[in-house]
Amino acid sequence: MEERRVAETLRAAGAVAASSAPWSRMSPRGGGLRRFARRRSSVAVLLCLPLLALIGGLVLYPALYAVWLAMLNKHMTRFVGLGNFLFLLHRPAFQAVILQSVIFAVSAVVFKALIGFLLAHLLHAVPGRSQRVWRGLLLLPWVIPLAMSTLGWWWLFDPSYSAFNWVLNVFGVPSVPGLGATWWARFSVILVNVWYGAPFFMIMYLAALKSVPEQLYEAAAIDGAGAWARLRYITLPMMRNILSITILFSLIVTFANFDIVRILTAGGPQDQTHIFATYAFVAGIQSGDIPLGAAISLFMLPILALGAVFVLRGITRRSAEQAG
Amino acid sequence: MAQPGRVSRRTTLCLGAAVSCLPLFHIRTAGAAGRLSVGFWDHWVPGANAVMQRLVDRWAAANKVDVRVDFITSVGSKNLLTIAAEAEARTGHDIQAFPTWEVQDHAEHLAPMDDVVGRLVSAHGRMAPLIDYLAKVDGSYRAVPAISGSQYKPACARIDIFRDHAGMDLQAVFPAAAEMGPGYDSWTWEAFLKAAGQCFKAGAPFGLPMGQTSDAVDWVGALFNGFGAELVNAAGDVTVRSDAVRQVLDYAKRLMPLLPPDVYSWDDASNNRALISGKSALIFNPPSAWAVAVRDNPTVGAQCWTHPPPAGPKGRFTPFLPYFWGVWNFSANQEAAKDLIEFLSQRAQAEALCTASHGYDIPAFAGMLDFPVWAEEGPPKGTLYNYPVRPQHHAAASIAAWPAPPDLAVQIYNQATMTKMIARVAQSGETIERTIAWAEAELSGFRR
Repeated sequence: MEERRVAETLRAAGAVAASSAPWSRMSPRGGGLRRFARRRSSVAVLLCLPLLALIGGLVLYPALYAVWLAMLNKHMTRFVGLGNFLFLLHRPAFQAVILQSVIFAVSAVVFKALIGFLLAHLLHAVPGRSQRVWRGLLLLPWVIPLAMSTLGWWWLFDPSYSAFNWVLNVFGVPSVPGLGATWWARFSVILVNVWYGAPFFMIMYLAALKSVPEQLYEAAAIDGAGAWARLRYITLPMMRNILSITILFSLIVTFANFDIVRILTAGGPQDQTHIFATYAFVAGIQSGDIPLGAAISLFMLPILALGAVFVLRGITRRSAEQAG
Repeated sequence: MAQPGRVSRRTTLCLGAAVSCLPLFHIRTAGAAGRLSVGFWDHWVPGANAVMQRLVDRWAAANKVDVRVDFITSVGSKNLLTIAAEAEARTGHDIQAFPTWEVQDHAEHLAPMDDVVGRLVSAHGRMAPLIDYLAKVDGSYRAVPAISGSQYKPACARIDIFRDHAGMDLQAVFPAAAEMGPGYDSWTWEAFLKAAGQCFKAGAPFGLPMGQTSDAVDWVGALFNGFGAELVNAAGDVTVRSDAVRQVLDYAKRLMPLLPPDVYSWDDASNNRALISGKSALIFNPPSAWAVAVRDNPTVGAQCWTHPPPAGPKGRFTPFLPYFWGVWNFSANQEAAKDLIEFLSQRAQAEALCTASHGYDIPAFAGMLDFPVWAEEGPPKGTLYNYPVRPQHHAAASIAAWPAPPDLAVQIYNQATMTKMIARVAQSGETIERTIAWAEAELSGFRR
């Protein structure tokens, strides 16, 4: 009787979709465990456990461990709180790294966003099968492993045997120190990052463009709206959430970039292209100061986390408004 | 009655009892003396790893130890990352090959090796003082200088270009013989500057990197040491504001215009390529560049001659980058690990390793510098004779940032403070005084 009541309750709650036949064969022993297993939330938690364990082991634990490391002294024998961060802030070399990281990330994201936006519009206008072909081709830079493609770029910029310089020399233009002079080297690392990241923006924007209802454009056309007005009052507002989240995601990834700078310049010349990750590697791994390396790599975390909170809150608010 | 072919319960019990008693008896089989896991440096020279593996297998078979060898590349600093991870996790290989500065960094996790070093020194002669600087912590050796991977970076120059344009017969001045030739004492940094100018005019400038990688830091370190230009002294005081530093920066300012303009962005392969392609008259490197030249551009390879670097006012210094073999103090089989290291450091094994690497590897013990490999390698025959530092060179094995305390020196080395100073003066046009002030601030930060 008791079993039937439980089964009916669960069925009424929508937890049991199948027939009641198995319940009638239930043994009264171990009922507590079975009841636990039959509760929807319990099953959900159990099914999520592997994922939670993975996130806990591979994301949360390393992140917290990095925070802990960043608060130890050089020999990792004493807790120094925020001492490493304060020390870094007073170092001219690190102040330069902050500036360079901001220049690198902001300019790369701006160019990636602009080029991605332009490419998405161009692709959107290409009809049918050709669009798929172009989309595939334009995605290639993003698909190739970054370390490999950066090596290719390094060969193009190679100080002594640069293919770019060879072409320039053919036309009588003197060689450009692509990796050897401060601003050229900064330009080179940003260029490669833009080349790599623009397809990601393109594909995100293209997806957003495809989701804009065609009727809006038709209505706007009837009202006499031109191309600029359609972009300004329909496309951009409709893409705003995707734009925000793509820029935020890209900003975080670009600030954390390592491969491009490490392979192209290793931070040179004269440390003028170091960004957080490469400088953290030099200080932490190569120079044997792991807490300082951890502090460098975590430096942008609060700022980016705060930015993420604001951007995501804006997205949630706009989504709620649209739903309402 | 038991059926034929079937095992009875009684037989099963007897067999079980017999098997469980086996550990009570000492049975000499492979692995009977435990297991060892070894992380050696993945050698550049093809074939060198195979010889190392054979030597280890021989020791393992003789000592009934189950040994697993991993050859870990230094490309992308993978070996540094592995060492850092093992030190943090307190687990991993029993033996590790530690690059130059890593022994100091991980000394607290390394087993003392004084007994092994003591026996090796008494059997094979003294070691370069630099080994004490890099491997001795609180009076105790934490690692043994490794044969595999240890390298000098002397000059490797073109015989024909020097003869035709610098008026210098390299084989006569630096012969493959027990005495240096006439004119050796005049091989100074000033003579080097003159030769650099002559070769630059001839279209074959010296290939001296000035970036932030090891090859750049090493030759610049020898230059600074030659001028007695210490950035930090042995007591840890910042001593960069000195006349010797001013002199060396002034010298570098005169030298840099005679080098290719892109040397500020060269990496450790750029100088090799400059020599191999025939574009450069001189580089500072182990014999790997020459070996590749012999393979890929034999005309150039046959004209290369390795010889000591120039002398400065304070002496002649040859860059030395030793590797070390150390045993983690969390290793479960430390005695076997030490025994393997001692075995590999014996004369016969050292010679096998040096020969397999075509003379690239350098043993740290004075009694091992008579291996025939350096006299016999060629073309031209004897080109590597002066690769190891020999008594007739009147040179010291050195490393950049010496004699600063190693925990400071490793930062000066890896953050390339010296090459950045030169780049500031020669590339960015900063004054020497301003550059010294910048270096002072940097070095003070290293002392945290």
